[in-house]
Amino acid sequence: MSTLDTTLHADAHEHHGPAKGMGRWLFTTNHKDIGSMYLWFSLLMFFVGGCMALMIRAELFQPGLQLIEPGFFNQMTTMHGLIMVFGAVMPAFVGLANWMVPMMIGAPDMALPRMNNWSFWILPFAFAMLISTLFMEGGAPNFGWTFYAPLSTTYAPPSVTYFIFAIHMMGISSIMGAINIIATILNMRAPGMTMMKLPLFCWTWLITAFLLIAVMPVLAGVVTMMLMDIHFGTSFFDAGGGGDPVLFQHVFWFFGHPEVYIMILPAFGIISQIIPTFARKRLFGYASMVYATASIAVLSFLVWAHHMFTVGIPLAGELFFMYATMLIAVPTGVKVFNWVATMFRGSMTFETPMLFALAFVVLFTIGGFSGLMLAIAPVDFQYHDTYFVVAHFHYVLVPGAIFSIMAGVYYWLPKWTGHMLDERMGKLHFWLSFIGVNITFFPMHFIGLAGMPRRIPDYALQFADFNMVASIGAFLFGLSQLIFLWNVIACVRGGRKAEARAWEGAEGLEWEIPSPAPYHTFATPPQLPESLR
Amino acid sequence: MSAHGRLVRRLVLGSVLMFGFGFALVPLYDVFCEVTGLNGKITNTGPVAISAMDTSRQIKVRLIAVHNEGMPWDFGPMDGVIRAHPGEMKQTAFMATNPTGRRMVAQAIPSVAPAEAAQYLHKVNCFCFEQQALMAGESVEMPLLFVIDKKLPEHIRSLTLSYTLFDISPEVSSAVLAEKEQRL
Repeated sequence: MSTLDTTLHADAHEHHGPAKGMGRWLFTTNHKDIGSMYLWFSLLMFFVGGCMALMIRAELFQPGLQLIEPGFFNQMTTMHGLIMVFGAVMPAFVGLANWMVPMMIGAPDMALPRMNNWSFWILPFAFAMLISTLFMEGGAPNFGWTFYAPLSTTYAPPSVTYFIFAIHMMGISSIMGAINIIATILNMRAPGMTMMKLPLFCWTWLITAFLLIAVMPVLAGVVTMMLMDIHFGTSFFDAGGGGDPVLFQHVFWFFGHPEVYIMILPAFGIISQIIPTFARKRLFGYASMVYATASIAVLSFLVWAHHMFTVGIPLAGELFFMYATMLIAVPTGVKVFNWVATMFRGSMTFETPMLFALAFVVLFTIGGFSGLMLAIAPVDFQYHDTYFVVAHFHYVLVPGAIFSIMAGVYYWLPKWTGHMLDERMGKLHFWLSFIGVNITFFPMHFIGLAGMPRRIPDYALQFADFNMVASIGAFLFGLSQLIFLWNVIACVRGGRKAEARAWEGAEGLEWEIPSPAPYHTFATPPQLPESLR
Repeated sequence: MSAHGRLVRRLVLGSVLMFGFGFALVPLYDVFCEVTGLNGKITNTGPVAISAMDTSRQIKVRLIAVHNEGMPWDFGPMDGVIRAHPGEMKQTAFMATNPTGRRMVAQAIPSVAPAEAAQYLHKVNCFCFEQQALMAGESVEMPLLFVIDKKLPEHIRSLTLSYTLFDISPEVSSAVLAEKEQRL
């Protein structure tokens, strides 16, 4: 520890601290600054997308049309999905990677700091463009976040072109971020940190980054085809000109399915950091975790058509995609088993990050099981495009991806701010979120099985009670996120002083440096501590 | 730094290749449809060698005409149902009228259900092979000549051949219309 301190002090003399004023944030190449900006940006987008979700739930509180026009409702479902996927979840993970990956592997910064700055600063422009479509003539995109052609080409509002360019910019940002993370992890590890000693958060992000490089260009391709169909007279998706609308779904889901793993693999990494800390045991089955993550990533390329069971694919295709999808449950089951085995006979404590991690394991597993149900091709004909699907993907994304991000933020906040969280407020946030999320999304399973279609502003009377319950839960969940905002701000401004190793059982290079982490860390590569050798 | 450079070049190349792969999926998809008969896309067109027909069974072929949204033409089959032995050449026609006051060009897109049967339906001549240009108020009888392959699986006793008519007047250059005008 003492050698580390001296290097840090020597470091402080050589380099200057952060620049002053706005310039610090505009021109920064510091991974910690950029990580913070990513995280604040995604929190802002989380609240914007959340307001849209609450508008949807307010309209669905009762049957009939009360508050908003059906056209605007469609814009809300579309924008909510796009903003939450591309604006909240993905940038939050990139932000966590920016903050933590260099500190976890003992690198002074990301491999390509200038590109890092650029990949962040593209995002506010992309989302300003996307959100500006709400104020355009014809309204914002209204064709669902999956933007199926020809709804998104022939029948789209004029603002679709802005949507296409926004997607292009988000894609470029993600690809640059992914390149940066791969270069950092592969080239900048501290001496002695072999690949199989890499913290699991880095491993899952490395694999995620490869997924991003493989599929974000395909997304860029599909929106480019849309652009050409709309403006340049091609017929990729227009049957009248020899194209095929079903082709759109194939290309989209070739991106779309790996995309859902892009949104969950880093979550697996975060949970795999947190559970060992609070169970005070090493992660059970480290190598199997790595291989499970890699096999999930490989399998994710072979299952896309399970989103399209009802468009009419040959029986052999239905069977192949059904079994391939079910196969993914095996590596996912390995992961859940390993988390439970890590906790088994551990001396567990239940601080806020651990509570979120535990809720993740339980609720993500529920989402995984409903996913298995949806994977069964014959029954998918009943579930397709119902609220059951909505319940499924919200269970894996909200108490899955979002809870893991919150767990990660609470876990590493002491390292970022130098202050411990007010545990009482943290637990209040957890319990309100946990109860809210279940009240919101659990009833959706039932109304979905009963046949309520998704993306509609009005519904038959028999769905009224469960919809009212879901709406109450949504407002409870939404409002309790203000506590999260309060907690983060309170933790930035003050609180009990955090030690270098903020949590008793925490292992890893990031806990060897003081809290808050100095502006520059690991200017010279560190010696791995005993526990990591 | 050169280590970063090499890696970054490879990763950028990888993403550029994947962008191209997205577009390569378009022809790949057509090949895939051809192999599997996906989407009921018919691939067997042009003349076929006439051989003895299989009189042991008769296939019910249902003909359906669909208008794409916004297509104002009157469009329908002459015969709703045709019974054909496998190997038997059958001729029928679809009628189309352009009731509007302007010249229009249409394209009919065929589809066969069940998709499994698509590859066994040989179309010797079909109006869907070319674009149809109709002057204001003009009517046309569009011929269709087909043979059902004798290799059609036994369990398929009936199949549906459906045509969707698309208005492609805005897309086609005036060339087609001009050519049509010359002929008149």
